[in-house]
Amino acid sequence: MTVKEVTEKLGLKVLSGANGLSRKVTGGYVSDLLSDVMGNADADQIWITLQTHKNVLAIASLKDLAGVILVSDNRPEPDTEAQSNEEEIPILGTSLPTFEISGKLYEMLKK
Amino acid sequence: MVFRADLHVHTVLSPCGDLDMSPAKIVEVAARRGIDILGITDHNSTRHVPLICKLAWEVGIFVLMGAEVTTREEVHCLVFFEDLEKLSAFQEYLDRYLPEIPNDPKYFGHQVVVDELENIVDTENRLLISGLDQSLDQVRQQVYSLGGLFIPAHIDRMRFSLTSQLGFVPKGFAADAFEISRNNTPEQMKQKFPWIASASFIRGSDAHTLDDIGESLTLLEMERRSFDEVCKALHGIDNRSNRIAS
Repeated sequence: MTVKEVTEKLGLKVLSGANGLSRKVTGGYVSDLLSDVMGNADADQIWITLQTHKNVLAIASLKDLAGVILVSDNRPEPDTEAQSNEEEIPILGTSLPTFEISGKLYEMLKK
Repeated sequence: MVFRADLHVHTVLSPCGDLDMSPAKIVEVAARRGIDILGITDHNSTRHVPLICKLAWEVGIFVLMGAEVTTREEVHCLVFFEDLEKLSAFQEYLDRYLPEIPNDPKYFGHQVVVDELENIVDTENRLLISGLDQSLDQVRQQVYSLGGLFIPAHIDRMRFSLTSQLGFVPKGFAADAFEISRNNTPEQMKQKFPWIASASFIRGSDAHTLDDIGESLTLLEMERRSFDEVCKALHGIDNRSNRIAS
């Protein structure tokens, strides 16, 4: 599945990094502690978080994540958005809280 | 002259601060331990600072007036201001952005302001350890607009720190200094985060009990004790300097 398909199926808003929508998604990771994501997330996962700092993109890039979903209507900070466009790692937005969007993503990806 | 500074001290106002941490007792213990400069840093509040300043001044201790702010990312940062006017402007900012979550003393501890005789004169009802509705960058901007000092706290600890919350010290991150715990040396931090290799590092006691006061010290070499001189010492300019006491 691609980030674009996930975006469409979950009704997410593309907040930045639209050039990366063709990236492949193989799973998800949920955490708001960036140190944890750095240690435990795997490549090609979509990361669900409420953190909006620029380091979110640095870690997404470092771990080669497929994209980032910001929950509860959070918006990326301007420099986070700029780096997402530059690195072509999409940031997607939802008004749903973490529990609900994680459940939907899990249902979609489990097989 | 070299001054002995403990730049990270809580009072009884912090919910986690011991009930013995009254302004009068903190000053008494600090004086007994030969501390020259005390940084008063309650969680998200500056309300005990004016009284501590007054009591400390009477025994010849200089107070760096501040708070330990919790940002939206739940990163703890020490902030300090030059005078009571700027401190009070910052208190207004804290009041504006601290969420309306009530403190339950049963779980978190009491949040009281006391007078010099240790009578309770005020209670803070909002939970002071909540994160402000302001990002790290917004808090720093507010501190700098008031001419203050901005020092991310215990950056090497795995809770409420730059590294735990944001994975690592952001590249190009500007701060007047970085506080580290006793688990690490400045050299280890510089090796881990080469982009802050030219930064200053301090170590405060993060005192929550009277016994903790002065357990970790930063030595500031400067002409005299003033906010301006501390700024210079932290930035290592005009022959002023700083180092962590061994």
